[in-house]
Amino acid sequence: MKKMLVTFAAAASLGLVATAAQAATLDDVKAKDYVQCGVTGGVAGFSAPDANNVWTGLEVDFCRAVAAAIFNDAGKVRYTPLTSQERFAALSAGEIDILSRTTTWTMSRDTDLGISFIGTMYYDGQGFMVRKADEIASALDLSGAAICIESGTTTELNAADYFAANGLEFNTVVFVDQDEVVKAYEDGRCDVYTTDASALAAERSKFAVPDDHIILPEIISKEPLGPVVRQGDDQWFKINRWVYNALLEAEELGVTSANVDEMLGSDNPAVKRLLGVEGDFGTPIGLTKDWAYQIIKHVGNYGESFERNVGPSTPIGLERGLNALWSNGGLQYAPPIR
Amino acid sequence: MTTDTAFIRNEFVPAKPAPGRTDGPIVWLRKNLFATPTDAVLTILGILFLLWAIPPLYNFIVGHAVFPGGTVEECRAEGAGACWAYIAARFNFFIYGFYPIDQYWRPNIVFALGAALILPLLVPSAPFKRINAALFFVVFPLVSFYLLNGGVFGLRQVPTEQWGGLMVTLIIALVGIICSIPLGILLALGRQSNLPIIKTLCVMFIELWRAVPLITVLFMASIMLPLFMPTGTNVDKLLRALVGVTLFSSAYLAETVRGGLQALPRGQYEAGASLGLGYWQRTYFIILPQAIKHVIPGIVNNFIALFKDTSLVSIVGIFDLLNTVQAASSDINWASPTQAVTGYVFAGFMFWIFCFAMSRYSLWMERRLDTGHKR
Repeated sequence: MKKMLVTFAAAASLGLVATAAQAATLDDVKAKDYVQCGVTGGVAGFSAPDANNVWTGLEVDFCRAVAAAIFNDAGKVRYTPLTSQERFAALSAGEIDILSRTTTWTMSRDTDLGISFIGTMYYDGQGFMVRKADEIASALDLSGAAICIESGTTTELNAADYFAANGLEFNTVVFVDQDEVVKAYEDGRCDVYTTDASALAAERSKFAVPDDHIILPEIISKEPLGPVVRQGDDQWFKINRWVYNALLEAEELGVTSANVDEMLGSDNPAVKRLLGVEGDFGTPIGLTKDWAYQIIKHVGNYGESFERNVGPSTPIGLERGLNALWSNGGLQYAPPIR
Repeated sequence: MTTDTAFIRNEFVPAKPAPGRTDGPIVWLRKNLFATPTDAVLTILGILFLLWAIPPLYNFIVGHAVFPGGTVEECRAEGAGACWAYIAARFNFFIYGFYPIDQYWRPNIVFALGAALILPLLVPSAPFKRINAALFFVVFPLVSFYLLNGGVFGLRQVPTEQWGGLMVTLIIALVGIICSIPLGILLALGRQSNLPIIKTLCVMFIELWRAVPLITVLFMASIMLPLFMPTGTNVDKLLRALVGVTLFSSAYLAETVRGGLQALPRGQYEAGASLGLGYWQRTYFIILPQAIKHVIPGIVNNFIALFKDTSLVSIVGIFDLLNTVQAASSDINWASPTQAVTGYVFAGFMFWIFCFAMSRYSLWMERRLDTGHKR
């Protein structure tokens, strides 16, 4: 009988531990000494293995930033490549701590799936690619042009809406498979190729002469891509949200991985607060005082990450566009750290 | 005396021209390719097809291909063929996946050890079969696991998420094959059993697993299972796939083996029983050796299918050979029009090598074991 009681007590306490573990992701992460990050199976610039088989990309950098904030070491991340079908289940089941996998922030996902979106790492949207030689400057000039498009996708519907709204003649060449669409555009069977702008850029980098093609400035749909965490753990959510904010704030204040040590001596009170020279903003969310310093030191600010992974100097060559800071006419805006 | 002979030939039979050649290439052609008008038409169509298909294929794979040492610029050039330089540059990724580069010696030892143990096992005349088998089936998996996973003897731990490439494909295939043989045989025997509970359980198991596609099994294992289990109990993803693949293939193997069991005449069972052998002795010494021999082609068929099915684990995010090829095709440093196609050709070729080797070996084994029962 006594033995049974002991067993029962042990089982009960185990149950308690399990419940507690569910609540505090930060404690779990600290205990296992790494952040488990769900990524894509390889989307150039966002999360893809590089030549040394190390995961790199804009969205990978977010996980690295969280690891830097917690462990002062951006390398303490393990990656779980996920398909788009299993990504939310993996997050809900606790297999990963952060899902940073080109996930579009939509209302139903945010409210129905038991998950919370942190912010927008990349404002994507549907765009148009044309040949430079055609001298088309705007999507409004595309009336009657043959458009290569994937059938049965929101891409097709978005384009139809846009053309109808602007009174343009909509003339499509439809394919079932994305690769076929690209091939048809390459072979000159149509004048325009449309899909999400980041994908356009990645496909363009594979063309024989990428510079012969341009992506038009018009973006006709909203695809905000951002990291996601499980709902119900406010502390973990806040850590992630403020890591994201710190990345943006650092860029706005001109703090980079190169000058962060000099910036420790800055007179700007906003920089002092960001880097933990003045005030302590880390401890309340379970981090250290210099959490943001560690992020910038090890990963860099948002602008640096953008430049390094998808910016104009990379083969993908995306312009900042919507992803510029608000002060430069973009949408990236972080609430102040104070 | 005059003879009444009706006919006397009084001149020579005129010489006929020498008979046409009965061998040589022309005759062979006429006999095999142009025997009838239909054959002639088919032959010409076939030749035209080859003329149409082979040159572009040759140009892609060899003629215009960029060989190792080439650059991405050459691969991007107009009309360039396969970009083998890209395969060479990412070859390690295709073989080891995300395994840490400075730890490659560990999978290398496992590969070498595996080859050293399996080759003598496959050659019938090699000695020490018993020790060899014990080493391969018991010691080798343990050693491989600790060597690859690490965490003991000062080896750095490499979690299974970092395993990948051909290494993982071979692990899944080998574990699936090795574990499904005993399981499949037991299930087949169970299905033949006279004990109703065992028989029902085996039938249910086999029919359940045969009735669901492998993709469903893998999805179930990787998506649904974590939701059922309490948070925090994290069964390794690779292990889940291994169990799924093994159970799946054992159900198929069971049915193949059952075919062999049913092909045996009833007299074999009775003869064994009349010699005073118990069930297990009879099964082990008399029934199985004959039954399995009958179904070698079927079993190898199962294994080849299993080997190819391993590529399905890519849909649950395990980096097998196919998935590493797909992931690497987003490598912008090698971005070129033929990048993806080259990767797939490479993956297809790797799969072909292993499957072809298996099928050749089984043919040879069949001929060796042939004791005149062939019908």
